[in-house]
Amino acid sequence: MRKTHKISAAYLGLFMLFLYAPIAILILYSFNNSKGRVFTGFTLKWYRELFHDAAVLDSLMTTITVSLLAAVLSTIIGTMAAIGINRMKGTERSVIMKFTYLPILNPEIITGVSLMLLFVTSRSILNKIHMNFEFGMGTLIVAHVTFDVAYVILNVLPKIKQMDQSIVDAAMDLGCNPVQAFFKATIHEIKPGIVAGFLMALTFSMDDFVVSYFTAGVKYQPLSVLIYSMTKRRVSPEINALSTMIFVVVLAALVIWNALQIRKERQLRLEQSAAVKEGMR
Amino acid sequence: MKGKYAASPYLLWMVLFILLPLGLIVYFAFTNAEGSFTLENITQSGNYFPILIRSIWLAAVSTAVCLVLGYPIAYLMSRWRGVSARTITLLIMLPMWMNFLLRTYAWMTILENNGVLNQILGFLGLPALSMINTQGAVVLGMVYNYIPFMILPLHSIMVKIGDDVIQASQDLGARPVDVLRKVILPMSVPGIRAGITMVFVPAVSTFIISQMLGGGSNLMIGDIIELQFLGNAYNPNLGSAIALVLMVVVLLCMSITGFFDDEQMEDTLI
Repeated sequence: MRKTHKISAAYLGLFMLFLYAPIAILILYSFNNSKGRVFTGFTLKWYRELFHDAAVLDSLMTTITVSLLAAVLSTIIGTMAAIGINRMKGTERSVIMKFTYLPILNPEIITGVSLMLLFVTSRSILNKIHMNFEFGMGTLIVAHVTFDVAYVILNVLPKIKQMDQSIVDAAMDLGCNPVQAFFKATIHEIKPGIVAGFLMALTFSMDDFVVSYFTAGVKYQPLSVLIYSMTKRRVSPEINALSTMIFVVVLAALVIWNALQIRKERQLRLEQSAAVKEGMR
Repeated sequence: MKGKYAASPYLLWMVLFILLPLGLIVYFAFTNAEGSFTLENITQSGNYFPILIRSIWLAAVSTAVCLVLGYPIAYLMSRWRGVSARTITLLIMLPMWMNFLLRTYAWMTILENNGVLNQILGFLGLPALSMINTQGAVVLGMVYNYIPFMILPLHSIMVKIGDDVIQASQDLGARPVDVLRKVILPMSVPGIRAGITMVFVPAVSTFIISQMLGGGSNLMIGDIIELQFLGNAYNPNLGSAIALVLMVVVLLCMSITGFFDDEQMEDTLI
């Protein structure tokens, strides 16, 4: 048994090396004094340059704006959709659920080019009747909501299924209309699902490259699209500095979240054991 | 109950921004630039058949490597509990949260002719290898980027296999090989199916990894589509025809793995 433990530990170690070696190298080169592949000395100048790079700051703003707006919009549409789907039965429900999976299962490039075709077609139709239509913030947000909304539905729907339906009935008996019943009763029951869906939508939006690439146009470029053009030129270690900062932010966020989760579990266990002791007395 | 109409904004959104665009792909695939019906795009996309085959081959190899490398990891993860299980999941998820362009770029700096790996080889007095711009580099990049999509569905199925089941089979005299072959493997089939689909679909349709690590000579079908829409070759009609072919490939893959058949999808996706 000992031997298998050693083998699995070694395998896991090698796998972690495979996962983290590229990231470590990326970070190392962000401190490299020269632009080449040879390490010539420690510097922070790429970080300074990054913060003075207007293109980077602009696209960071675009990414944050688009992701936030798309996540909010898709949380609203998705939560409403989950409530509606929960009331449906049989074929109607299963057909709609299959379509809900479509943007998740479809290759991203298909989602990207199909939306691009829609926007190109709309532009040529609108231009014919002398109306203005351009690729930009609007097209990006529409595209992001389209793939975000599925994640919201998939997070909210299970919570609605678990919810005690009589809570809504009670609220209605007490004189609420359906909208009031939602805001006074349902929303408190399904809040964890809504929050999880929102965060997932936000993450996928911020990380998205392919769909943004086809729907962004030239005026507003999200960070990922800018990174892509940087890798094509690949001259400046600025991109390494940027990756390092993204990595540190993500690491910090995940560690904090994890610590909170562990504390919550511990508290829950303490409460449970206290309750058990109480019961024994 | 009228509650189901709460879904109508979503249904409208789906029709406008999912179904209509997919319909446009079909429309563009069967028309020319003037908008009249033609089959030319479809016949012309036949020219890219070798590239399609290469894409399917590279994606299949990557999927197989992900399965072989990821299966033991998923199993090890599934046997741990509490804080250590949480930590290992976090460690495996963490690189996924870095944008995949940056991850692929990292491999570029490693595999380049004067890159990190060749510097190490030179330091050891070994001859340099040319690794970038090969099919091997593309497979490596895809495995690196997509292996979490194999591990996560496998893991979510394997945590449901109780330790007691494994112990019972051991008590009944099964050797470790038998435990794997007769207990763990059969019980993890839904996870394997989901994992294969979730790796193969993005792999067969990628266009960045093949460009960055494969150079110009290892283009995949996604690169050809990109060229028709945003490249110099601008021809959305031909691009749509090729995209249609790609969709057929993906649907075939899903029907082979039975991904669309069951409700298991719901368990494994989130």
